[in-house]
Amino acid sequence: MSILLADIDTGATAWVLISTALVAFMTPGLAFFYGGMVRSKNMLGMLMQNFFAMGLISVIWAAVGFSLAFGGSGQYIGNLDFVFMKDLAKIAELPGYTGDFGLVIPILAFFAYQMMFAVITPALITGATADRMKFSAYAVLIGVWSILVYPIVAHWVFSPNGWLFKRGALDFAGGAVVHINAGAAALAVVLVLGKRRGWPRDAMPPHNLPFTMLGTGILWFGWFGFNAGSALGANGLAAQALVNTHLAAASAMLVWLVVEKLRAGHATSLGAASGAVAGLVAITPCAGFVGGASPIIIGAVAGAVCYLCLSLKTKFGFDDSLDVIAVHLVGGIIGSMLLGVFADTAVNSLGADGLFLGGGASLLVEQLIAVVATLVFSFVVTGIAAIAIDRTIGLRVSTEDELIGLDQSQHAETAYQS
Amino acid sequence: MKLITAVIKPFKIDDVKDALKTAGVQGMTVTEVKGFGRQGGHTETYRGAEYQIDLVPKVRIELVVDDSVANNVVDVIRQAASTGKIGDGKIWVTAVEQIVRIRTGEQGSDAI
Repeated sequence: MSILLADIDTGATAWVLISTALVAFMTPGLAFFYGGMVRSKNMLGMLMQNFFAMGLISVIWAAVGFSLAFGGSGQYIGNLDFVFMKDLAKIAELPGYTGDFGLVIPILAFFAYQMMFAVITPALITGATADRMKFSAYAVLIGVWSILVYPIVAHWVFSPNGWLFKRGALDFAGGAVVHINAGAAALAVVLVLGKRRGWPRDAMPPHNLPFTMLGTGILWFGWFGFNAGSALGANGLAAQALVNTHLAAASAMLVWLVVEKLRAGHATSLGAASGAVAGLVAITPCAGFVGGASPIIIGAVAGAVCYLCLSLKTKFGFDDSLDVIAVHLVGGIIGSMLLGVFADTAVNSLGADGLFLGGGASLLVEQLIAVVATLVFSFVVTGIAAIAIDRTIGLRVSTEDELIGLDQSQHAETAYQS
Repeated sequence: MKLITAVIKPFKIDDVKDALKTAGVQGMTVTEVKGFGRQGGHTETYRGAEYQIDLVPKVRIELVVDDSVANNVVDVIRQAASTGKIGDGKIWVTAVEQIVRIRTGEQGSDAI
């Protein structure tokens, strides 16, 4: 055995393995969160796109994704040392994960945990492109994306060898890597794809809000694995991240409902679901770096600002069907930037102090650089990939197929038999 | 024989069914339908975007009765389905030429 057994912490390993399962459960949760919001003729299309990501992205992650994200000592991209998990069960440490960043779990557990992040991130895009994207084009797009975009941003931000990590940018569980990355990609694809036929003239109300509420519950539950699991240990930091996660979701939901009630007249169930998710997104980068009342403030800001950003799509005329940009891109930016304000080394000595904790503006500047770098890189590369796919196999279903719905036209099935 | 068709507010269906049973009616058919009339639709709001919903959910009742009780049945439905507000619905009566009970082959009033 070449694994140094003494370095493996069984409690930490157990928690990360459980967290892996929790994060894996978020993709089906996302499927129902989005599925409830589409029209009934597109329900299976939405569920399928999300479940399909669990298949395709897992295999790509094992083949090259993990290696490109966490292999080698380069600043900008990993290497091919760990293709098909080569040596992962044997090596004692991962490049960059030494000293303070040393892992106390098996590297295979880390591989599996990160795989679930790689799966759900491109799945987030499906909310923006809902109701009109060809299934084959979707498969090619997220496959390409999981090689050319996700592992590279993950390397920049998550790997201690990455250039943004080295500069001092903080991202506890993926505010930039997951949410800004997916949100920017969603915007790029939507601009190439075009609007749904009839949008914004025709009403396209959600067909099953109970499914959306159920999906929200699954996401909220799974997010404890997403954020508290990112402590990569069963310790006080994991507990802090878990508490922060819950409080941010709670306060964002409350604030969203208050703003909605004041502006539109009713506190809605879709508003409760959306607000909770906005808070969960915003706390993601901050979860293991802030404490005290900070998560409540971060959630509150996300709840209000994300709500107000819903109108951006009608103002600028891009059809982000289920508001991935207002919730994930904007929520991710809010969380990443507020981390520069609220980060506290008393919570995590490997972090930094933000503006309000005497650290000056330096962290805020690094956060801004990470936000802009992630956003621009993801937007540009995804945009080029989307245009290339559109010119070759076509991104969009035909008008007739769009009117029939994705369930019948793409999968020859019907979600609800009457 | 008369076919009595009524379109009523969905939450009134139990009241109407109980009243008809009490009045001695032997059976009826109920369908969930949508439509519009003077009541108009309503507005729903999803993530800040308002949608005008034009078609309102209603319940349609159909039953065939003898000529002699038709007027009484119409009164029973009207009383049970009424809330006094706009959108209570309508009842109409149509003449029926023939009716057959599938199991026995009985025809006319015997088949009701």
